Amino acid sequence: MAKHTTLHGKHEAAGARLVEFGGWSMPIHYGSQIEEHHAVRQAAGMFDVSHMTVVDLDGDRCRDFLRYLLANDVAKLQTPGKALYTCMLDERGGVLDDLIVYFLEESFFRLVVNAATRDKDLAWIEARAAAFGVIVRERDDLAMIAVQGPQARERAASVMSADDGAAALALKRFSGAQIADLFVARTGYTGEDGFEIMVPARSAPEFWASLVDAGVRPCGLGARDTLRLEAGMNLYGQDMDETTTPYESALGWTVALDPAERDFIGRDALLRQKEAGVTHRLVGLLLEDRGVLRHGQTIGDSGVVTSGTFSPTLQRSIGFARIPVDAGDTVAVDIRGRAATARVVKAPFVRDGKAQIKV
Amino acid sequence: MSEIPGDLKYMKSHEWARLEDDGLVRVGITDHAQSLLGDLVYVELPEVGDDVEAESAHAVVESVKAASDVYSPLGGEVVAVNEELADAPERVNESPYDDGWLFVVRPGEADPLAALLDANAYGQLLEDE
Repeated sequence: MAKHTTLHGKHEAAGARLVEFGGWSMPIHYGSQIEEHHAVRQAAGMFDVSHMTVVDLDGDRCRDFLRYLLANDVAKLQTPGKALYTCMLDERGGVLDDLIVYFLEESFFRLVVNAATRDKDLAWIEARAAAFGVIVRERDDLAMIAVQGPQARERAASVMSADDGAAALALKRFSGAQIADLFVARTGYTGEDGFEIMVPARSAPEFWASLVDAGVRPCGLGARDTLRLEAGMNLYGQDMDETTTPYESALGWTVALDPAERDFIGRDALLRQKEAGVTHRLVGLLLEDRGVLRHGQTIGDSGVVTSGTFSPTLQRSIGFARIPVDAGDTVAVDIRGRAATARVVKAPFVRDGKAQIKV
Repeated sequence: MSEIPGDLKYMKSHEWARLEDDGLVRVGITDHAQSLLGDLVYVELPEVGDDVEAESAHAVVESVKAASDVYSPLGGEVVAVNEELADAPERVNESPYDDGWLFVVRPGEADPLAALLDANAYGQLLEDE
């Protein structure tokens, strides 16, 4: 039985088509996935992302613990509220999950991890936290709403008190703050400006309704997927997992090998792989021929499309693929037995409403 | 509730077939099917002159979400395909029973639609799903 978020009643009332995702019943769309996509690119849309797992870490040695646990270095976080995107690796350098970590106080950090990896992540983190005296608390009392789009911040601020709204609008990119009973962060998964807002679960339905009244359009996971793909952002479990390292997943930029004395889980494996060189890398693809790129389509003997869709902004099919490092500028994708030509391109495809590649 | 015209025949896999005055059979997907798929972005059709077999996949409709095979309700030869869908796949969403037709078949045998469901039976199938 799939779990329901506190906003489930709102979704049903709005006529959402619900699907199971990571053990949760979530809206895939509320009528038109493409219109929802455009709403985020052009104005403001919102997503119920309450299925994601918020984990608070308390303890004097929080920072030491996270410098050991995560492949990116939380030493970069010096201003309270600042966020960092990172992978959590196993000893072989495989990606256990990707997550966002917020530095709130020296003894208080917050993680946001994926829904489908919740149990695995909590077990992994808890097993390693004790040695650092860090307390791990899952915050299932919080719902989370992502409000995204060029108008998102203003419309979201408009439903807060004047002071709270001003505080939210003052947030810098990739920073968050506790504002009254909301935790507001200027982050997202769409390539647009906006907020991800954590709100006490009991008041989430009322807050959602006020955002609808402010002109923010409810959007489903379908649009979330086309938006993140256009934005060049990976999806865990599809574009990377335990069997791939960050270097094979276009996530090398999130690995902090300096300073050399920082020992983090997976470091030795990554150093060995860096020394030996990777055989495959994750790239962006733009389909030149007709058709649609889809997860699982093969490219030659050892290449595979990890994510694929039709891009509503570019009106073309785009995707990510893991291909040999010596593959050329174009590749042949097997689409139902037909060899379709795709061009290797640098993601993102779209950022802040504008195409980043020539189609 | 999706629309189910009374003058068409249906497959369990959500295709429709219409026997026209000239003896040809026009084929498409139902309102229910297009609603399940969501916004269509690509349609792959057979070619005129292709032989099709009943209950075999001869077209593909793709939404942003997924690709789905379309089965031919009857055997015969393809005599027309809806070329407009190449540039406007959304026609299938907007008008599944008219502008959004997929292909037309010259039946290979007499009484080609005998094995298909009528509107009542198809409606019952949707209710039971």
